[in-house]
Formats: sequence, structure tokens, C-alpha cells
Amino acid sequence: MTQQVMVAEPVREVPARQGKRRGDGWAAARYLAPTLLILVGLLGYPLYQLVLISLYDYGQEQASGGAPLEFLGLGNYQKLFGDPQFWTVLTQTVGFAAVCVIGTLFVGGALAMLASRVRAVPRMILFLAALGAWATPAVAGSTVWMFLFDTDFGLVNEVLVGLGFDGMADYSWTYDKFVAFGLVAAQVIWCSFPFVMVTLYAGIIAIPKEILEAAALDGASTVRTLRTVILPLLRPLLVIVTIQSIIWDFKIFTQIYVMTGGGGVAGNNLVLNVYAYQKAFAASEYGMGSAIGVVMTLLLLAVTAVYLRALRRSGEPL
Amino acid sequence: MKRPHRTVAEIVTVLIAAVVAFPLYWMVLTALKPEGEVLSTSPRPWTLAPTLDSFRRVLDVQNFGRYFLNSVVVALIVVFFALLCAFLAAIALTRFRFRGRTVLLVMLLVAQMAPVEALTIPLFFVMRSVGDVAPVFGLNHLGSLVLVHLAFGLPFAIWMLRGFVAAVPVELEEAATLDGASRFRFTWQVLFPLVAPGLVATSVLSFIHAWNDFLFAKTFIISASEQQTLPLGILAFFKPDQNDWGAIMAGSTLMTIPVLIFFVFVQRRLVSGLAGAVKG
Repeated sequence: MTQQVMVAEPVREVPARQGKRRGDGWAAARYLAPTLLILVGLLGYPLYQLVLISLYDYGQEQASGGAPLEFLGLGNYQKLFGDPQFWTVLTQTVGFAAVCVIGTLFVGGALAMLASRVRAVPRMILFLAALGAWATPAVAGSTVWMFLFDTDFGLVNEVLVGLGFDGMADYSWTYDKFVAFGLVAAQVIWCSFPFVMVTLYAGIIAIPKEILEAAALDGASTVRTLRTVILPLLRPLLVIVTIQSIIWDFKIFTQIYVMTGGGGVAGNNLVLNVYAYQKAFAASEYGMGSAIGVVMTLLLLAVTAVYLRALRRSGEPL
Repeated sequence: MKRPHRTVAEIVTVLIAAVVAFPLYWMVLTALKPEGEVLSTSPRPWTLAPTLDSFRRVLDVQNFGRYFLNSVVVALIVVFFALLCAFLAAIALTRFRFRGRTVLLVMLLVAQMAPVEALTIPLFFVMRSVGDVAPVFGLNHLGSLVLVHLAFGLPFAIWMLRGFVAAVPVELEEAATLDGASRFRFTWQVLFPLVAPGLVATSVLSFIHAWNDFLFAKTFIISASEQQTLPLGILAFFKPDQNDWGAIMAGSTLMTIPVLIFFVFVQRRLVSGLAGAVKG
């Protein structure tokens, strides 16, 4: 899975030009026209449509034009919030994202520390391996993990039986709800920890040597140095990678869809994204699916607002 | 760090690297194994009889070459137009002062974070309507995929290019203007070549973004199997009776290789500049 990094270069601010050049407004409008056209037409308008559809009873007949639309107002939302399955799915989404985020940060952070303490060759080997995991497309990564954990032909069950766990011979890793979530989470962590590792590694090596030496001279232990020197210095970076991870992991679709076959046994492994998709395209309840989409959008906007504040604090000029 | 400690740390590092790389090894290995070894209940971590059978099966039987080509075509068209739009937009956002600039930048960031998955439903209907007017951009056509990836890739492409455009000294523009170059000429003859490395990095990431898509291909390409892209081609080998794991792994390998190559090219870009954020 490729995660795109929005923490781009520190941008050199354009020095205020002496006297505003005339016509900047028009020139800007011309340069921005194609972009705005695309974004308004393919992001703005669909977003408006999303909200609109969520207010209607929009099913198969309405979609094919065979029945008139019925305005429900907040009816879809009422029904959604009254549906226990929605709350289960919401809880699962948050829980699943939380496990992925914590796992990613822990693995990424620990390996960044490790990488900063070994010589170049082992570090290179680790980074190359991580780059491979990072680059693997979500679909390809999902299929490989599925095969490794396959009930009949998977290497993992074979090894476990070899170690004496005889009961694992025909164990299904996607049957139990929590085991299936755990497997998908492991796959997600596998392909998202490299971003965190590389980012935090860059942060760690940017810490001036003198500070660490001073801490060592004062007799600070490794744990203490980590807690009182390194972590506080990395705080701005940590905030950014944490929020980025929350946003990514909250939106995960492909891994869940592919690895649990569209949401698990009896919909056990649904997360909001897949839930909305299934409601709309499997059950033809487009209005309900859109309502779920609106809820998701609002939740993510809240996280994004926190992200923007964090970016601002860390001094990223806009 | 004391020497024995460091040696232990280095051994651990290499072991972890092996674990991280193992799924990729297993993917390629399985793709090269003969079918009997793949569908064996006692898999071995090596093969003595490597074969390209799985690759052949994938490319011949399932029209995989066509899917591969479709994926390439979609990604390349997206890259071309995304770069063109993003380049111009990045210039406007870094070089021009106008009202609403900051608002626009914040909106780009928000657009990047928004759950594009949630927009699948309205986009499905938008594409259906578009298809009534211009079938190439409608459902079941690659054009629909080009449009959505263009829209979803743009905010990121602009954001990334902004840094590169801003790095070109303003004095250069002033000098060009003094020499009588129009803004148009300056943009294409001076700025464009200078920003080329940034354009390469951005295009690679845009390509990967479109290449990896699963959701929209699944949603928009419903009944036209010859218009499918790679991810769905791979999933076609999951069968209710018996998954063809050799073919699935061969397909996954084919899908991963281009991304891997590109990734090696741009890996520095992915994080460069990040370290600067620590200073604050």
C-alpha cells in the first residue's frame, strides 16, 4: 500500500514582491482553472450529491429511474443510528484503526531507534526490506498474506503444526472475528510501518549529537534519554505521523475487502467504508450507504482539523 | 554503544529485515513454483524446479496482459494530466498573490484527507450520467477511472510540486521578465526544466496512486471484463472450489514489480524535508 505523504518540503515563502504585480488575480485564475474545474466537478459536486442522496430513499428502482424519489429528510440517519449493527461497525472501525495505529507507531518507532544505533550495512538491509513492504500494492500485499495464512496450503499453519500445535492443521484465520481483524491489522502494520520508521529515523538522526552526549555524560540511562530527551524532541513529528496514520487506517478498504471476502463471515469484519459500500452496491440502499459516507466524512474532517492545527504548530507555512 | 551490544542489535536488525521481506519472497517463490508444490500441504521455502507456468497461465488464460495494459494506460493518462494541472496550479499558489490563496491551500489539504471511498456512491451516478453523454468516460470504460484518479491525485500532486516551484529563486523570474520574456515563456522555458526533478517524483507517485486502485475499478467496471484493471484480474483467480494460488502470486508479482522499481527511484523524495520539521 502506498501512503502518500502530505508532509512535503518546507516551502520557502515567496518574499513579498515590491508592489503587487497587476493582474496576479487573473493570471492565478487562468493557471488554476483546470485544477478547479476538476476538483469542483469530481470532488465538490459528488460531495454535494453524497449529502443529497443520503436524504432520500434511494434504492434499486430509484437508481434505474423506475420509481420516484422520496425525500426522507434525516430518515436514513434516524434509521442508521437506531440500527445496532451501525454502532457495532463504528466500534469495530475505531478499534481496528486504533490497533493499526498503535501497532504501526510502535513497530515503526522501535525500528527507527534500532536503525539509528546500528552501522550502515544492517540499516540498509532493513530499509530495503521496509521499502519493499511499503511499495507493495494493497491488493498484492493482501493476497500474499492470505496465502501465508491459508487454511490448507499456508506456510504458517504448516510451521505451527511442525512446532507441535496439532490443532492448527486446518485452522482458519478468517473465521473468528477477532482473529480475522488481527490478521488484517498485521498486514496493515506490515505495509505502513515503513513510513513511520523512515520519518522518525530522519528525526532521530537530526537530533544534535551534543544533546545526546550531554545526557550520556550526566549518566542518563537509555530509557531515561528516550523519555526525557528524544521523545520530547520528536514530538512534532510524532504528532504528524500519528494523525496521518489515524486518517489512513480509518479509511482502510482494500485489505478488509480482499482478505475477509467483503466483510467477513456474516459481516463480522465490516468497517464503515466496507459497510457503506455493501449497503449501496450489494443491498442497493444507496441512500443509506451515502448516510454512512457522510458520517465517515464528518469524523475524518474532525481528525483533519486536528492535523491542520498540528501542522501549523510545527511551523509548516501555508 | 558498547560493541557486543551493537553486534546483537545488528543481528536483530537483519533478522527483522528478513521477516519484513519474507512475504515478498514467498510471493515470488510461489509464483515460480510448479503447481504441485504450490498446492501442497507441506510447503517448502525453496523450489528445485522453478517454472514460469504460473506466469504463462496468468497471461494467456485470463487476459492478464490486457489488464496490465489497461492499468498502464489509465495510470499514464492520469500522470500526464495531473502533472499539467498541478504544475500550473503550483505556480499560481507559490508565485502569485491573490485573495483566497490560503483558503485554497487548506482546502487542498482537506481534500487529500477526505475519505474518497465515501464518494464512491455519488461518483457512480455521476459517471453513469457522464456515460450518457460521452461513453468513454462512463461506467465500464477506462475513462471513468482516469477522471476519478485525476481528481483524487491532484491535491497531493499540487502539494508536492509547490515545494519544487517555490525553490526556484524569484530573482530568476525577475531577470527573465527584464529580458522581455512573457509569463508564458518563463513558465515553459525557464521554470519547467528547473522543476523537472520534482515533476518526475510527483509523476511517479501519481502513477502508483492510480495503479494501486482497487475500489473504483471494482465499482465502475461492472460488466465489461476487457476494461478491467490488474487488481480485479488477480481476484479472478480466487475461485469458490479451488484458489489458483500460483496464478494469484504471479499476478501479484507482476503488479508489484513496477511499483517497486518506481519506489526505489523516489524513496528520498518521500521523506526528504521531514527532518526539518524537528527543529521547531
